[in-house]
Amino acid sequence: MTHLVAEEMRGGYGAADILQDCSLEVARGEIAVIVGPNGAGKSTALKAIFGLLGLRGGSVRFEGEEITGVAPQERVALGMGFVPQSANIFATMTVEENLEMGAYIRTDDYTETVQDVLTLFPALTERRRQAAGELSGGLRQQVAIGRALMTRPSLLLLDEPTAGLSPIVMDQLFDRITGIAKEGVAILMVEQNARQALNIADKGYVLVQGQNRFSGAGRALLENPDVRQSFLGG
Amino acid sequence: MDGFLNATVLLSNFVLVPGLAYGAQLALGALGVTLVYRVLRFANLSHGDLMAFGAMLGVLSTWALQAAGVSIAPLPTALLALPLAILGTALMSLFIETAVYRHHRLRRSAPAIFMIVSVGVMFMLNGLVRVVIGPDDQRFADGARFIVRARDFEAMTGLSEGLSIRVSQGITFAVAMAAVAALFYFLNRSRAGKAMRAYADNEDLALLSGIDPDRVVRHTWIIAAALAAIAGTLYGLDKSFKPFTYFQLLLPVFAAAIVGGIGNPVGAIVGGFVVSFSEIGLTYAYKKFLTYLVPPAWAPEGLMQLIATDYKFAISFAILVIVLLIRPTGILPGRVL
Repeated sequence: MTHLVAEEMRGGYGAADILQDCSLEVARGEIAVIVGPNGAGKSTALKAIFGLLGLRGGSVRFEGEEITGVAPQERVALGMGFVPQSANIFATMTVEENLEMGAYIRTDDYTETVQDVLTLFPALTERRRQAAGELSGGLRQQVAIGRALMTRPSLLLLDEPTAGLSPIVMDQLFDRITGIAKEGVAILMVEQNARQALNIADKGYVLVQGQNRFSGAGRALLENPDVRQSFLGG
Repeated sequence: MDGFLNATVLLSNFVLVPGLAYGAQLALGALGVTLVYRVLRFANLSHGDLMAFGAMLGVLSTWALQAAGVSIAPLPTALLALPLAILGTALMSLFIETAVYRHHRLRRSAPAIFMIVSVGVMFMLNGLVRVVIGPDDQRFADGARFIVRARDFEAMTGLSEGLSIRVSQGITFAVAMAAVAALFYFLNRSRAGKAMRAYADNEDLALLSGIDPDRVVRHTWIIAAALAAIAGTLYGLDKSFKPFTYFQLLLPVFAAAIVGGIGNPVGAIVGGFVVSFSEIGLTYAYKKFLTYLVPPAWAPEGLMQLIATDYKFAISFAILVIVLLIRPTGILPGRVL
């Protein structure tokens, strides 16, 4: 049973459908990457899976359960973690408080999870009492992902986690994301840096105008001449 | 030397001590305004009359306790009535939230609409207070009047100017400090307080984190109401209770919140004292003060008053204009909680 199965999703913000029969799948421990041109509906697909967008057609199944009509907050409780592209941290609160807010719905002791997150992102340890808004872009993304990890999700949705980061910081972040997947978390992310993202991906989806254009193993997509020509610049 | 000491005592009697008490009252009012602005995102113009409502409950509870023969002399009975005033004001606030603001919150009305709605709430509260207790002055202070009496101080030190600190001033300052400490503890240490800051910081992310917006809004109103009841009752205890004065307090309270940096609780406290000391410092007549300091021949003939007391509200307004021109975000950066 695949962990997340989204089938033939249709929907958009206004009258027009941005997603036109878009299907995505990801299993635990796997990284799936959605790439494609601007306006292809990549972020919209992610929001639809998280329930931030009502669907007019298709379905989302999570751990075998149909969850198409479930509210985003409830999906967090079910084991989904979502990191939006912008405004994804509490800028005026400290790193520690950000993590604490991430664990808000948990009623058990989450100190161990804080330790796990700080082990994953050691650079945050010495800055845990600093306001998250004062950190560099790379560290802010670490806080954002760390916040989402506080509920110990089995599926992590990342919307362009490396947007605006330098190549070195981007590589480091991809390393961490690979590390999270190795722990058995399913990761679905939208990426502008298509080449680097497909490199670490088990699976890639090329989305064009809300439809799946190509899909397959990350490496295979990188080597596919059509994909290279149209989306990776040759 | 005596001249200098006399001048210091005089200044502390008429500027420093009243300024600290009035500043503490303004700070408490401004904290309520700033909290509502930061979390609910609108300027709540009914806050002055919420203070009047809270003070009215304080007066009524004090009378009830006095009639029942309860006394904590030498402390004023009003101190005992304060929890009742806070409770009643919080209930009123929650009622207004459910009956009025909730509708606009669900419709996601613009902040300007909320502000206009709060003007309506202001008139309703204003009318309610006058119907219940009347528009006149009410006295409810009892217990000892002075912590330090001028005559005792004169006898003790041999100075011709006696230091005097009233009980109401001491209590105002002490209660305000306790309220501020409790507020900061709540905001920075408690789970509910952190959730409130998270909601104010990033509403969408707070929702994703499972923070219940209705709970945050309720907490905000309860705290704003508690601060209003405390500020209102202390102001009434210090001066006297008259419904109309609370409507006038709205200007210095808003000036304090904006001058300090709206949305910033520390700023609201700083702003409260800036406004109070400007108001008192500029309207005080310095004639006697200067007479103590300069040789007799130089003693001033005029009152040496910079601005007549009648214009004290113009001072808050002037500070507001100056700060907005020079430093629009306020003394401390605004919009932080």
